[in-house]
Amino acid sequence: MTLTSLAFYLFATVSVASAFMVIAARNPVYSVLFLILTFFNSAGLFVLMGAEFLALILVVVYVGAVAVLFLFVVMMLDIDFAELSEGFLQYLPVGATVGLILLLELLLVFGASSRLADADPLPRATPEGMTNAQALGQVLYTDHIYYFQAAGAILLVAMIGAIVLTLVTSNNPRRQNIAEQNARTKEDGVALVDVKPGQGL
Amino acid sequence: MTGIGLTHYLTLAAILFTIGVFGIFLNRKNVIIILMSIELMLLAVNINLVAFSAFLGDLVGQVFALLVLTVAAGEAAIGLAILVVYFRNRGGIAVEDISQMKG
Repeated sequence: MTLTSLAFYLFATVSVASAFMVIAARNPVYSVLFLILTFFNSAGLFVLMGAEFLALILVVVYVGAVAVLFLFVVMMLDIDFAELSEGFLQYLPVGATVGLILLLELLLVFGASSRLADADPLPRATPEGMTNAQALGQVLYTDHIYYFQAAGAILLVAMIGAIVLTLVTSNNPRRQNIAEQNARTKEDGVALVDVKPGQGL
Repeated sequence: MTGIGLTHYLTLAAILFTIGVFGIFLNRKNVIIILMSIELMLLAVNINLVAFSAFLGDLVGQVFALLVLTVAAGEAAIGLAILVVYFRNRGGIAVEDISQMKG
């Protein structure tokens, strides 16, 4: 057993186990933390497959942005999670049935295809004498520039959508009204009060 | 068992995808876990794409995985924003009442 296969089995085992804990944990905060663990191990698998740039993007985007966003929302919303996990086992039989059938079918497809089996070990997509990020950039910014731009547009739309959805416009904004300030006179601005000693206003 | 080939990665991705589907069935009341299950399924798809990209020696698979990653990030942002607005209106995130959102 080489070091590569050892690393593969380590990453694969930890990512499957933590993925299972994502859906099985009672506390959603634990779920998010296990999701982060899954992403880290998948990033390790990406490195094993020779996709270093995507591995780093996975860590930066998923762990740094998406998972932290999940964590924020889970902690911000005051939710009774015990009530939500009621009937947890109610859907277990049908879910397990559907999941097992799906898994068996997927595995049968791979087992039946003999062409896939001869890729042992996996070759590299990156050309010789080039880093993965360099090669990916040369493809991404030339052949697929329109898709890249479309991805940017999607992110812009998502950002605007999230802001529009969650922006709260207060119905009593304390804004400065300059005309009202200038229109004030001494009569309605100053009041002379005759205060008796020892009483206050 | 000589080395780690394509089939290993595809099997792992299949298991992860199945866990994602199973999570949607299991946590039908909790929208946050459902969103996380969708993220797991998209991760499995990404593993498939990168594995085939390495298998075929073609970088387009990795470009596509990058686009899937972008869409997944946008989806998570919008989904969580909807969740926050829904919580503000209803005081809870029970999935059964979500049908009341229709105009």
